[in-house]
Amino acid sequence: MPAWLGDNLITIIDGVAFGVLLFTIAVGLSLVFGIMDVLNLAHGALYLVGAYLAVRFAGDGQATAWAFLAAGLAAVVVGAAAGAGLAVLARPLGRRGHLDQALLTLGVALVVGDLLSARFGNDVQSVPPPAFLAGGVSIAGREYPSYRLAVIVAGLALAVLVYALVERSRAGALVRATVADAPMVRALGVDTGRLVVAVFAFGVVLACLGGVLGAPVLGAYPGLDERVLILGLVVVVLGGLGSVPGAFLGAMVIGQVEVLGVSLLPQYASFLVFGTMAVVLLLRPTGMLGRARKPG
Amino acid sequence: MSTATEAPATAASQAMARGAAGLVLGLLALVPLLVSSNVADMLTRVLAFALLAIGLDLLAGVGGLPSLGQAAPFGVGAYTAALLAKHVTTVGPVQLLAAAVAGAGLAAAVGWLLVRSRGTYFLMLTLAVGEIVHELADRWEGVTGGSNGLAGVPAINLYPGAPPVRLAGLLYWYVLAAVLVCAGALWVVSRSAFGRTLRGVRDNEERMRSLGYWTFLPKYAVFCIAGAAAGAAGSLWVAQARFVSPADLGFEVSALALLAVVIGGRGSLWGAALGAAVVVLVREELSPQLGGRGPLVLGLVFVAAVYLLPRGFAGTRLSRRGSGPRRTAAP
Amino acid sequence: MTALLETTGLTRRYGSLVALDGVSLSVTAGTRHAVIGPNGAGKSTLFGLLTGSLRPSAGRITFDGQDVTGRPDHARARAGMGKTFQHSSLFTSLAVLDNVALATQRAAGLGMAMLRPAGRHAAVREEAMRQLELVGLAGRAAAPAAALSHGERRQLEVALALATSPKLLLLDEPTAGMSAADSVRFAELVESLGSAVTVLIIEHDLDVVFRLATRVTVLHLGRVLADGTPGQIRADERVQRAYLGDAALDDLFLEGTR
Repeated sequence: MPAWLGDNLITIIDGVAFGVLLFTIAVGLSLVFGIMDVLNLAHGALYLVGAYLAVRFAGDGQATAWAFLAAGLAAVVVGAAAGAGLAVLARPLGRRGHLDQALLTLGVALVVGDLLSARFGNDVQSVPPPAFLAGGVSIAGREYPSYRLAVIVAGLALAVLVYALVERSRAGALVRATVADAPMVRALGVDTGRLVVAVFAFGVVLACLGGVLGAPVLGAYPGLDERVLILGLVVVVLGGLGSVPGAFLGAMVIGQVEVLGVSLLPQYASFLVFGTMAVVLLLRPTGMLGRARKPG
Repeated sequence: MSTATEAPATAASQAMARGAAGLVLGLLALVPLLVSSNVADMLTRVLAFALLAIGLDLLAGVGGLPSLGQAAPFGVGAYTAALLAKHVTTVGPVQLLAAAVAGAGLAAAVGWLLVRSRGTYFLMLTLAVGEIVHELADRWEGVTGGSNGLAGVPAINLYPGAPPVRLAGLLYWYVLAAVLVCAGALWVVSRSAFGRTLRGVRDNEERMRSLGYWTFLPKYAVFCIAGAAAGAAGSLWVAQARFVSPADLGFEVSALALLAVVIGGRGSLWGAALGAAVVVLVREELSPQLGGRGPLVLGLVFVAAVYLLPRGFAGTRLSRRGSGPRRTAAP
Repeated sequence: MTALLETTGLTRRYGSLVALDGVSLSVTAGTRHAVIGPNGAGKSTLFGLLTGSLRPSAGRITFDGQDVTGRPDHARARAGMGKTFQHSSLFTSLAVLDNVALATQRAAGLGMAMLRPAGRHAAVREEAMRQLELVGLAGRAAAPAAALSHGERRQLEVALALATSPKLLLLDEPTAGMSAADSVRFAELVESLGSAVTVLIIEHDLDVVFRLATRVTVLHLGRVLADGTPGQIRADERVQRAYLGDAALDDLFLEGTR
């Protein structure tokens, strides 16, 4: 295999890995916006919570599969509690407009970010991958970290799971119906309030799990929450707010752009990401797969 | 400033408002004679940040375009002023003008694209622009000094040939005067027919279009005006800090500006100034006393402000479904 | 007698659903033209297409001699089309006077004026007061729009539409939710406009229609079913059948109160 293909193949696989990680982050954001019209600006902070959970359980030479499992379970519990809590906090503000709710999440993001900083310090914390995935696999004559392949597998599995839940299950149908016409669903006797809280919790759980999954790849440090939030927003805007397939498509695109950008044009990687978003929005103002605004 | 178009004001309450404004201005003017240099320095920073917040209030509170990217024109203005000071001229008003133009220029360059989006998309795009400019400041080492920023910015002087302003009190008066002029301009705009147009677009953009307004234009205009104000604020910030770095362009600055506007209540420009004072005071004064947990306190203040203040950003619906009642269209 | 508004073959499709199919109608200047039809007939779609909030799939719209088919809603408003919204669409944080002043200041070309305080434009303010007097809201000029009663909101809605001195006033089910007394008052208001303003009214309330309209177009299933004077429409069997199925009920078209 020619050298340049080998190099780029590695980069492309990296892009896929990064992309699925972005998907876990973005899909929660997109779902919450879809059902509640709330832009959860605390999403990045909650990713960071997951990352620090991985540090707590699996850092300092304890990187076993069990440690990661524990971190994952903790992420689910913490994420569900945080998501439900945020939903409950935000609900009374719904009457006043969604900006108020978004600002609430911004305040929460500041609080969470600072608490994490106080607890874990300001240095970059890294987490090694679990022992059984620590090695590499030979791809195109190069050694490629097995963990990243595992991330791809886990991420794709998660994507399939989320898709099945949202598009194919009864719960998902209820969610989609609520997005389209909440009063009608309420008239059918469904407690949309609890449904909204459940979706919010689910979205945040995904963010926290993303943090655990991504910890060996991205580490954990103050400021990562901002970076993750921005990227998540770019993906969601790109793919269309409220669209799960859109979030996947957007995540894959941005994953590739970011990784290829860093590899080929390191000075301009970020501009490529935002430039892509700008171009897509110019051509399709509601994102690639976003729902078009109702006329009138 | 509750204008006559927002809430009908009685003669008595108008007189009281004028009296209060006079008192506040008087106190502000006397500050350098009453406090130490350090406090004067901090109040100078408060004033600069207040201008940023007032501009954002015009954009978000009056215009209904909440932005999380005002740090971008602010930072652009700051860097412009710093670079001018180092290489071209140390005359404060010139830097101020150039910084305002730079801020407006940035806003003009991206605004035409941004204001086409509504609500949440707009908010996120402003965030993205903020990040891009932040990255730019971080990487363009040749011009911006990279992540180290630009240090050793020379002190300003008030006109060509004048001695540099080194006394904290004098600098405070310069910044006070500049902020009063700029904020005054913003206030004039807010009270004008154009200000009424902005409120109309904020409350009900679709109705405005049905009245014949090309709503893109007022939105674009207020975006550029806010950019100019932010740029001016940036130059005033640098005049005091004598240092600028990418941190001054960061998301946190944008968020704090928006917090100031929220605390002050949307649309009343002086309220944003008050909010700015609270934010800077908490960050600079309280934070060290709380072991550096300033962001935590501010976050809590944010949450409290959003909850407790009755006049939120009502009328700015972020729904992707657009503003106005949802109709099930009968064909 | 010139046609102020004319549509030719106006069609709107939503995928495979044809909401409006080849509708051609003509509104003569100075008349009051009503569009009626049972539910699902396409009236709202037609309204959206005329005002510019919907784009046609096919067909042409001519207004005041110009082809406005491609023009966005605000351009049509500038050209002289005023409209009301089915649900009152006001500027809730502003006073009643400011609501109307937004319309009059646009007509005066002052929408972007940044220097003088808004209240200082005397002509704008006076014209706004005049419009409020016309609809009977002059006493509420200083009240916040949010504080108005439902009937008052409808009045303000009309004032907004008229305040730009439109050539054609498009009314979207204006009496929906109005009491009988309010409907009568509303009809009187429209009559008082005379032939200075051409009116196109989408209406369900047939009393109002037969009182006000000089011409009536009946839509059914997206197509024009009949077009003529109120008397002709009343007598038209096809129209009766469209509304009521095959059982003809004369009382639907009787004059006087229901």
